[in-house]
Formats: sequence, structure tokens, C-alpha cells
Amino acid sequence: MAQVVIRSLNKRFDEVHAVKDVNLEIRDKEFMVFVGPSGCGKTTTLRMIAGLESITSGQILIGDRVVNDLPPMDRDIAMVFQNYALYPHMSVYDNMAFGLKMRKFDREEIRRRVQEAADILGIRDYLHRKPRQLSGGQRQRVALGRAIVRHPQVFLFDEPLSNLDAKLRVQMRVELKKLHERLGTTAVYVTHDQVEAMTLGDRVVVMRDGVVQQVGEPLELYNNPVNRFVAGFLGSPAMNFAPVRVVAANGGGLRIENDGLRLLVPPDQAGRVGRYAGRELTFGIRPEDLRIATDSDPPDLTFEAIVEVVERLGSETLLDIRVGSSAMVAAVEPSAPARVRDRLRLAVNPERMHFFDPETERTV
Amino acid sequence: MIEGAAWRKWVYFYIPLTIFVFLLLFPFYWMIVTTVRPDGELYRPWNAPNYTPFWTANPTLEHIQYLLEETLFSTWMLNTMIIALASTAISLVCGVFAGYALARLNFPFAGSLGTGIFITYLVPQTLLFIPLSDIVRNFRLGDTPWALILTYPTFLIPFCTWLMMGYFKAIPKELEECARIDGASRFKAMVYIILPIAVPGILSAGIFAFTLSWNEFIYALVFLSSPEQKTVPVGVTSELIRGDVFFWGPLMAGALLGSIPVALVYSFFVEHYVAGLTGSVKG
Repeated sequence: MAQVVIRSLNKRFDEVHAVKDVNLEIRDKEFMVFVGPSGCGKTTTLRMIAGLESITSGQILIGDRVVNDLPPMDRDIAMVFQNYALYPHMSVYDNMAFGLKMRKFDREEIRRRVQEAADILGIRDYLHRKPRQLSGGQRQRVALGRAIVRHPQVFLFDEPLSNLDAKLRVQMRVELKKLHERLGTTAVYVTHDQVEAMTLGDRVVVMRDGVVQQVGEPLELYNNPVNRFVAGFLGSPAMNFAPVRVVAANGGGLRIENDGLRLLVPPDQAGRVGRYAGRELTFGIRPEDLRIATDSDPPDLTFEAIVEVVERLGSETLLDIRVGSSAMVAAVEPSAPARVRDRLRLAVNPERMHFFDPETERTV
Repeated sequence: MIEGAAWRKWVYFYIPLTIFVFLLLFPFYWMIVTTVRPDGELYRPWNAPNYTPFWTANPTLEHIQYLLEETLFSTWMLNTMIIALASTAISLVCGVFAGYALARLNFPFAGSLGTGIFITYLVPQTLLFIPLSDIVRNFRLGDTPWALILTYPTFLIPFCTWLMMGYFKAIPKELEECARIDGASRFKAMVYIILPIAVPGILSAGIFAFTLSWNEFIYALVFLSSPEQKTVPVGVTSELIRGDVFFWGPLMAGALLGSIPVALVYSFFVEHYVAGLTGSVKG
């Protein structure tokens, strides 16, 4: 049983405050993903959990033990590095056995565990090879194998898939997920790839500039982001943002408008948006919540746009459009008859409109 | 590679290469020819009708025989070997640990300490032997092998430290971090992971240190005085040049035999040695 608890964690490198007051509870058996742009403090946090980086202030608990002052070897963790960090002078078998040898397991037990891990990962035929004789995907598997033979309390992953090519990355992502389901070990996974975060994580932590922005299940973060950063970071293509002004509508209720938009605020949102009446607001809508309007759509939930680029992906079509002075992307059905320079009417999904305070960037 | 017409290859590659190889190997050839040339030919004037400077008609081993039987050459070889091996061993151990510490442990002033060590390497031996001879005398080490075993590291350790520091810095830090998470202490991670990977670097540092101490002249000349304590470079030059008389045959034989161990060491480790100087570590 090992949950990981982080209390008021801070890290300073000379003048840089890399991690600011992080509080987090990673539950037992949970797959927790840290995501954020580079330099957001996610890797530093992971390295502090591993014991590779000293803690400026705060506490980290693994299981029920405070591990602040424990060396990495005594924390009962295993880590997979971005560049795999395989020992180049050892065979695959010795790479995987190294941790067990250091912990003085007997030979038979080491052999059994390495074979077991090799079977799970499908690398049994390569056990006698040296790392340089393996492909990228195979090296990645060995790095995973080296972590799982130890049966640690927590797995730490530092961008383990980012050195793989796109196809292999998708494949290894699925395998990681399966592996976690099979082993049930608590895992902390750092990535800058929001797709990995969404697909792998039981819960996701979004960080920016050393500060945790939001913690939650992937869809919760996707549907209810707490601020504009989280909304924009998760999802591909990213959410569209446009500055708007809140005004009273003719038939009662509220409307948002700018030089290209003129949309009715849904009644259930009107209460919160109402506080901004007469003021600026940032309107957000995801590309998939836009579609080509039909005659039955109410006119105050549609707007006119000029198509600038059409990207046909097969499963959907992305339209890069201009609405007044703002650029947006709409994901519409693949057969949509749109062409460059067309004028289209697009409809918004009123249940999926997002509003952000332009100054604090928080969700309204 | 040079592309284009065949003459370009000759002009830009083969001819310069031949000149280079010739210039490099000629002194060795001269040394060998002089070693096996009988005295009668050696002292023949240049305008004699049978003057043959570049070859000899009657090769002889008498100079080598003289060297081995009439001088202490074999003792000098043994002295040089012991001194070179001991000072290389001391310098390698110190250099490896110091290089590791300077490359990996983030202690205060690590950078300035590294520079300081390098600066000591820049002090010329021709200045340093004066204070060192005082130290050697105070410790009563004069005319013993210890005088050299303990003073050679003054220039070998900075050299080994810098070479190893560069090599350790090229090894990815993650390897060590991974080993430490795997259950190794910092020392064990160094012994089991970093040192085996650094073998080419250690070998090239060792070869360099061995060569430098094998060829060292000034300290050996100053700190040793009795003939049976001398090293090859000092022994050959001091015992075979008497006043203004040069015993060219034995002198060249001594130089030739004296350079064989170094040549052997190089040829055994040449691959590692090249990897150590140019190489990187691939994970």
C-alpha cells in the first residue's frame, strides 16, 4: 500500500523558484500524470519524490513514511528515464538484475523475477544482448523491465515515451496502461504531451510556473477547467478564445458580442456571467463544439465565419476560420462542403460555452 | 574523403601523408641503423669512398651487447619501470577520484578548485624542481626511487584529473541516478556503473601518465645521483656521454631499447586510447 502525499512542497534553485507550495495526495494504485509546458516544475517535483533533488521546504510521504531525508535507494521506488539510462556495459539481463543484486536477492529469485518481467514485456529473446544492439522500443521495454522486477511501491516515469517515434509512442502508451492495470502499482508520470496525460492518467495534475493549476480526472479537467491555461493546454486542437463584451439582450437575458460574434448566454450561465455585464470577458469554445449551422438553429447561437484553411483528417475536418478579428478552429464532420474563402454560418453548443475573467484568467 | 580526379588524391592525400610518415619515422630508422653499425663505420669521415650513412653493410649487435654487459642498463630499465608504474598508479587513483568529484559532486568552489588544479599543471617543471629538491632533501628521499615516485604525481595528477573530469562529464547523469534508485550508494554506483563505462578514459590517462613518467628527465637528473638508481633517459645520457665523447652506438641502442616498452603499451591499448580521447558514451 503506498499513497504519495506532498505537503507544501517548495524548490528553489538559487534565484529560480521552480516548485511553489505544491499540495497533493496521490492515492494507492493510482496513475497520476503531471502535465505542463517545459519548465513548469513537473520534472523537479518528480525528482524530489525520487530523492534526486533536495527539498527546499515541505514534506513528501511515501506510504506513511516521511522520505525527505531518505536517499533514493531507501525510498522503495523505481524510475524510468526519458533517455532510458540503460547501463551500456551490461546485458539486458544484468540491467534488469542490477537493482536486485544491489539488494542482495538470491540468484534463483533474481532469475525468476527477471524472466517474469521479460515475459510480461516480450523481451525474453533479448536478455543476453547489450543495450546498443536494441531498437528504441526494445530499450524502452528494458527500462520498464528494470523498474518492475523490483516490485517497488511507486513507479516514477519521466517523459518515458518522448524519445520514441509517433507510432511506437501510441503503442507503448497502450502497453503502459495495460501494465499498470496488471500490476496495480502507484505510478507518477511526467509528460508534456496532453494526449498522454488524458489517456494514461487516472487523475491529472496540470502545472504552470511551479504552481499546480488543477487536479482531477482527465474528463473533469477537459470539461470543467478552472482557468484559461488548463482549458487551453488540454485538448487538440486547443480551445478557441475570443475577447467579448457582455451586454443585455433585447428579449431579456445576456448576450456576448465582439466584432464577429453575437451570442446569447445560456440561461444557466447567465447568473455568473451577469456580474460582468457591460465589461470585457474571455469567451472559450472547443473546436468540436462548433458545427456548421442548419436552418433550424436559433440565430443567436450561430455566427458567420470566413474559412481560411481546410484540413481534412479523414475522421473529421478542421476549419481554420476568421471570426471578426479573431482566429478560431472548428472541427466539423468529414464530409462538410467547406472550401477556402467560403463564408459559413457556424453553430455553438450552448452547453459547452466557457467564460474566463480576462484579468485573473479564472473560469467565471 | 577527397573526391574527383586521381591526381587530386595524390596531391592532397598520398604525397602529404608520405612526407609526414617519412619525417615521423626517419629518426627511428636512424636510431636503428646507428645501433647496428660497427664502430669502424660510425667514425668514417663523410668524404671516405665507402661512406654509407643510410645503411650498413656489416650489421652488428656489439653495441647492444656492450650496453647490457658493460653498463647498468638493465637496472635502469627496472628502475624506470618501477617508478613509472608506481607513479602512474598513484596518479590514476587520485585523478579518477578527483575527476569524479569535480565533475559530479556539487560542492562549493568545485569550479575554482578545478581551475586551481589545472594551473598547477601549467607551472613548468624547470621551475618546480628547485623547491621540490628542497622538499626531497628534507624528507631524506634523495637518490631513492621514492624521490621520483612521489614527485611525478605533481604533474601527473592534474593531468589525469582533467582528462577524467572531461570523461565523467560525458557520461549521462541519469545512469548514476538510476543506479542510486536501483539500490546503489553513491560509491557503489561509481564502482559498478561509472568506472566500467569510463575504462577507455582511465586507460588513456594511464598510458599518458606512464609515458610522461617514462620519459621524464629533469627530476630524474636532479634527484638521483648514483648510477644504480638512475632511470633510462638519465642513465643513458650521463653514462654514455663522457665529457665530449659520445658513444653513439650504445647511446642509440639504449634509446631504442628504452622506447620499446612505451611502444608496446601504446600498441596494446591503441583502440581504447583513441576511444578515450575522442570517444563519447552511448547509452
